[in-house]
Amino acid sequence: MVKITYIEHDGTEHAVEATGGLTVMENAIRNMVPGIDADCGGACACATCHVYVDPAWTAKTGERSSMEESMLDFATDVQETSRLSCQIKVSDELDGLVVRLPEQQG
Amino acid sequence: MSAGVVIVGGGQAGLSAAAELRKRGHEGPITMVCDEPAPPYQRPPLSKAYLSGELPADRLWLKPEAFYETARIDLKLATRAQAIDRSGRSLILSNGERLAYDHLILAPGGQAKRPPLPGVNLKGVHVLRTLAQADALSDALKGAKKIAILGAGYIGLEVAASARKRGLEVTVVEAADRPMARTASPLLGGFFGSVHRGYGVELMVSTPCLGVVPDTTGSRAAGLELPEGERIEADLVLLATGLTPDIALAEAAGLACEDGILVDHQARTEDEAIYAIGDVARFHSPRYGRSIRLESVQNAIEQGKAAAQAIMGMDVSYDPVPWFWSDQYALKLQIAGLVDGADQLVRRGDPEEGRFAIFHLKEGRVVACEAVDSGPEYMAAQRMIERGVTPDPERLRSLDVAMREFLA
Repeated sequence: MVKITYIEHDGTEHAVEATGGLTVMENAIRNMVPGIDADCGGACACATCHVYVDPAWTAKTGERSSMEESMLDFATDVQETSRLSCQIKVSDELDGLVVRLPEQQG
Repeated sequence: MSAGVVIVGGGQAGLSAAAELRKRGHEGPITMVCDEPAPPYQRPPLSKAYLSGELPADRLWLKPEAFYETARIDLKLATRAQAIDRSGRSLILSNGERLAYDHLILAPGGQAKRPPLPGVNLKGVHVLRTLAQADALSDALKGAKKIAILGAGYIGLEVAASARKRGLEVTVVEAADRPMARTASPLLGGFFGSVHRGYGVELMVSTPCLGVVPDTTGSRAAGLELPEGERIEADLVLLATGLTPDIALAEAAGLACEDGILVDHQARTEDEAIYAIGDVARFHSPRYGRSIRLESVQNAIEQGKAAAQAIMGMDVSYDPVPWFWSDQYALKLQIAGLVDGADQLVRRGDPEEGRFAIFHLKEGRVVACEAVDSGPEYMAAQRMIERGVTPDPERLRSLDVAMREFLA
């Protein structure tokens, strides 16, 4: 099992036992973490699953794809550590991952 | 005690309304009457990653089981709504049960059309709207060498791409002179036509279909019949000719319908206790100056939220900038706005390179954008449409001008 901690904008933490092979977005949905909408279901088409990856983890979560990059270009409150969580696949390497959620999605 | 909210339909729209009601603090009972046996799931992958085998069924569910318990949403699966008793404010189910409501939300979606042609009910003739239909189609693809698809809209083309991925021969027959004739510009339709041909799909446009041909037993489909005695032989047939909105329940209850259930900017029908949302709802869009009915995930979610917020007494006025997407082969198509009524088209990027966007301008304002693997153009266009931006067409055409500049 891989542990992922999602931290809401107001500081509320959700530590979940994540399933490998699914995305960080899907694990949030399955564990009812509020604040990840994922309207398009993970097709990288909507930018409503935006997260900030904890700086300690950015190397392991990898690079943004070019489509992801351009979706994020126009999303709200984007930072250097911003990712679309539907594009991060969970593996054992990510055990302990911490992501923070923006104030609003879109 | 309040009778609460009853929702007819277990799709994305119904679920969105239910979830939003709880989020906004609705305390009363919420019941979802779903005619399908499956809990709410994502439909878009059914013609894409699910059909090509890349996405397993357990990744289709919109919410985990625990959600319905936690949110106290009573899911009645495999249950049909029979009639609405408007004066008694209750919904009558096909098993005779009566559900009282304070507010009723109609989110039944629709049925895949079967055009009135000979042979459309033969074995081996498929349509694609539900998970069960996707499973039936997927099973049929397993043993098959060739599929004939009637209709080159999104579903027809997405299934064509998925079937090619699975190694089948594919013929698509379309009556209009290009693919996606109803929803996309000629340039975009033509582009996707050549992409499909490049992947080995036989695409026949301007070709009316006369019917489904039976095999020698007379009970099974063997292909499509075209004019002048021409035939497309196939092991199975998919009818992909659009959706018929499910208005029967509303119509029988005397609610105004016209290719959809008519609702206002709060998703409310003429009966103030009854709402309609998602694929079935037709509403006036001030943005586009006409009545529209949208078949999209975005509309299902947003209009569902709007109805829930209206029920909670919030001030809502639903007039979305519509958006859609489609995955075909490695290409991502994203459309913002509605492709009609433009007086000028501006192309940015080169279709030859497989990356380009077509901006639709009306009296100088951006009203729509079709973007192929062009995220910045698509995302910027959503905001340009919302704000009514009037870009200089020459600059818009130039890849040297960053999309951000048009929003400054």
